[in-house]
Amino acid sequence: MTEERSAVVVRDIRKSYGGLKAVDGVSFTVAEGEFFGILGPNGAGKTTTLEIIEGLREPDSGEVRLLGESPWPRNVKLLPRIGVQLQASSFFEKLTAKEQLQTFGSLYGVSAGTAADMLELVGLADKANEQENKLSGGQRQRLSIACALVHDPDIVFLDEPTAALDPQARRNLWDVLRAIKARGKTIVYTTHYLDEAEILCDRVAIMDTGRILALDPPAVLVRGLDAPTHVTLQKGVMSVADASAMDGVEEAHEDEVSLTISTRRPAPVLSALAERGALDGLQVRTATLEDVFLNLTGREYRA
Amino acid sequence: MTAFKSLSVAMLKGFIRDKVTLFFTFLFPLMFLVIFGLILRDVGTDKTRIAVVGDGQIVSALRDSGVLELEPYNDENAAVQKVKDGDLPAALIVRGQQLDLRFAQSDQVGSATVVGIVNGFVDKANLAATGQPPRFTFAAEKVEDASLKPIQYLTPGILSWGVAVSAVFGSALTLVSWRRKQVLRRIRLAPVSATAVLSSRVLVSTGVALVQGAIFVGIAMLPVFGLQLSGSWWLAIPLLLLGTIAFFALGMLVGAFAKTEEAASAAANIVVLPMAFLSGTFFPVEQAPGWLQAVSKIFPLRHMNDGMLNVLVRGKGIEALLLPGAVLIGFTLVIAFIASRVFKWEE
Repeated sequence: MTEERSAVVVRDIRKSYGGLKAVDGVSFTVAEGEFFGILGPNGAGKTTTLEIIEGLREPDSGEVRLLGESPWPRNVKLLPRIGVQLQASSFFEKLTAKEQLQTFGSLYGVSAGTAADMLELVGLADKANEQENKLSGGQRQRLSIACALVHDPDIVFLDEPTAALDPQARRNLWDVLRAIKARGKTIVYTTHYLDEAEILCDRVAIMDTGRILALDPPAVLVRGLDAPTHVTLQKGVMSVADASAMDGVEEAHEDEVSLTISTRRPAPVLSALAERGALDGLQVRTATLEDVFLNLTGREYRA
Repeated sequence: MTAFKSLSVAMLKGFIRDKVTLFFTFLFPLMFLVIFGLILRDVGTDKTRIAVVGDGQIVSALRDSGVLELEPYNDENAAVQKVKDGDLPAALIVRGQQLDLRFAQSDQVGSATVVGIVNGFVDKANLAATGQPPRFTFAAEKVEDASLKPIQYLTPGILSWGVAVSAVFGSALTLVSWRRKQVLRRIRLAPVSATAVLSSRVLVSTGVALVQGAIFVGIAMLPVFGLQLSGSWWLAIPLLLLGTIAFFALGMLVGAFAKTEEAASAAANIVVLPMAFLSGTFFPVEQAPGWLQAVSKIFPLRHMNDGMLNVLVRGKGIEALLLPGAVLIGFTLVIAFIASRVFKWEE
């Protein structure tokens, strides 16, 4: 991947507040059209990193290039090519969903009609004339994303778009994010939901205490972990001793409701279970980014 | 649509749809105008009413003169009871050539007036009855004095105050809420100049001020309040605009320091309320003690008030705008400069 074709290039950026190193030497590149996730717990430095890339903050050191240009100091030529959704829902008072979009659109010279069309993309067409403060949390987030996209930017930055949403609203928003990607946009987004990053992102950077701990496609990160797969059965289907004796089983243990078998070779284990007719209530859980995080930091992931 | 135009429209819609803001912009100052206007309407203009029992030459002369208001009674006791109850200062009882005046001892000013007036009419009738030509002649004529009826100073004062309040609150609250909700940041991420944002907000504020002016003056001119505009009233328009911009700048300064809308509201009140009381919003500042008048000269609202009073009702010409205009422009420049130094895009 050459840097000319990269949408975002970040080289060793650092930012300290007093003694706190909020961002401590972060480097990565994002290709055009890529869905790039920055994830980590609160206080990991995700938002500061994003703000430096967007040109809202000046890094203490290091360099950022967006589409070959520096975003700092405020680069008016670059601004129309990037779309930013901020963490807070930044709206004008008392305007309807449609009016919010049209007002933000007009800041970029976008016609009122084009702006209103964005409502369709985020599934808010039926809420066009609702005032922003009457929308639900998920609807506000979708409107906020539509406002970031209204001028058809090449790169979209989303800061925790799914934070504080109920599961259904999160899943609705995933569809919106996929639709944006399908339009060929480059997306850089932060989240503290590991499961979500695994589903949506082409690549993820896992951050903690201002540093990137790992950067790869989610599947590669999980595979590289060499973590066992957990197969869970209903309690009483077989004994712990029988389970432990099967080929490929590393460990088996039982609690009040289920029997859990750990294996790094799930194929022979699953076929052995099928032979015994022990598939009732079977669940298979492979390693997730949470396990990756646990492995990298030595502590449980707490969003 | 240009960014300037659409931002202006957005802010105007936000303003019109906010009932609380509308109330404090239009109805709240208007309430003061109506209440003070009605309370003070008849000050100094009331005619004294007396009870009258019987009729005759003197009573007709009194009635024709219109100096006193006469309340006829058939029964002497009822008329005297009115005086005893303190409802009327005096009762005039006519029995042919004999006139008895019964007056209340407590209301000395009122009764002395009545005694003097009735005495005058009786003397005049007596003189006429003698057929002698009067040796001394006496004529009284009305003079329009410089002291104003209450509505004449209330309207310019409350108008200036209402405009100042909504300009200060409008700019301070917009700034704080936009900063807190990160709308400012969001705007900074768009290719739009700070000038376009600021000037669209100023445009909305000045537009609101003009509407306030039209409504307040319009209502004060209703017959029930009776405001009389001078011929040079239109000079109030430039003054209104300068005042709005000055107080808008003050709101930007308040908004630069305040972190929350509540803090901005409180700070704006602390700035505006004392200034309103000391600048002659609710009473003519000429009635205040000398030192207070001197203190009030440091407030831009005092100068705006003076200017409004001079052009709206005193009929002074464009020269009356010089001092208030200069003070307001100077105030705007100084405050806007400080506000721009302490301005913050984000928390």
